[in-house]
Amino acid sequence: MIFLTRRATFSASHYYWNDAWPAEKNEQVFGRCANRNGHGHNYTLEVTVEGEPDPVTGFVVDLKWLKDVMEREVLSAWDHRHLNLEVAEFAAGKLIPTTENIAIAAWNRLKPVVTSAGGARLSRVRVYETPEIFAEYRGEL
Amino acid sequence: MKAYFGRRYVLSASHRLHTDALTAEQNRATYGKCNNPHGHGHNYVVEVLAGGAVDPETGMVVNMAALDEAVRSRVLDRFDHTNLNLDPLFVNRVPTTENLSKAIFTLLDGAFAPAKLELVRVEETENNFFECTGD
Repeated sequence: MIFLTRRATFSASHYYWNDAWPAEKNEQVFGRCANRNGHGHNYTLEVTVEGEPDPVTGFVVDLKWLKDVMEREVLSAWDHRHLNLEVAEFAAGKLIPTTENIAIAAWNRLKPVVTSAGGARLSRVRVYETPEIFAEYRGEL
Repeated sequence: MKAYFGRRYVLSASHRLHTDALTAEQNRATYGKCNNPHGHGHNYVVEVLAGGAVDPETGMVVNMAALDEAVRSRVLDRFDHTNLNLDPLFVNRVPTTENLSKAIFTLLDGAFAPAKLELVRVEETENNFFECTGD
């Protein structure tokens, strides 16, 4: 089994806010991330697929194909966007765009496409919010 | 929905790899430059990976402020700008980075429940690192 990872970057803004809570609780739990004017990051998206190398090509997946999938399914929707205001998964009342939820949302966008291609399996999605902070999702319930 | 949250910290410390179980010559042969009697130091990068259910109210596996506080009070305050050989944990244990990663895992285990400590990774330099999963 080979694990193959492709990395890409996107830049986006967000804030953390739970509408079910009063403002004071949002500020207490989320700190500076609760600022409703938002703030931004240069995110790094790492997508790992797993499988056996194809006996003819030697590829687990065609990296150009994986790059295009990441671009089409994730980056085109998220790059240079305000996640709370412009991305469906993170609209008010839906998921708070924490790094954890961003990793899960990226997985949910990529999983059907990788699965339907019929080759390698999606193994892991890791999202770096800064070089020191990351979250990952492996499809576990 | 189980996800993982990771965070990287830096601590600077000195150490000397040496064991009284070996002769001076054997220590030099085993540990090479790391056996220098005066010790030497590193900027260690400590990566902590927490795993658990994403809280539906916060969207978080673990609150980063709580994680930072646990790592600061249990690990950074203890080891940063110290000589590892003088720490009680390393009196009878060589402060290799393998043993440092195990010590940090033990110090942090259970510190930010309900999230679980999944992995401690310690990078001694850019080119070598050690991981402990508590096994």
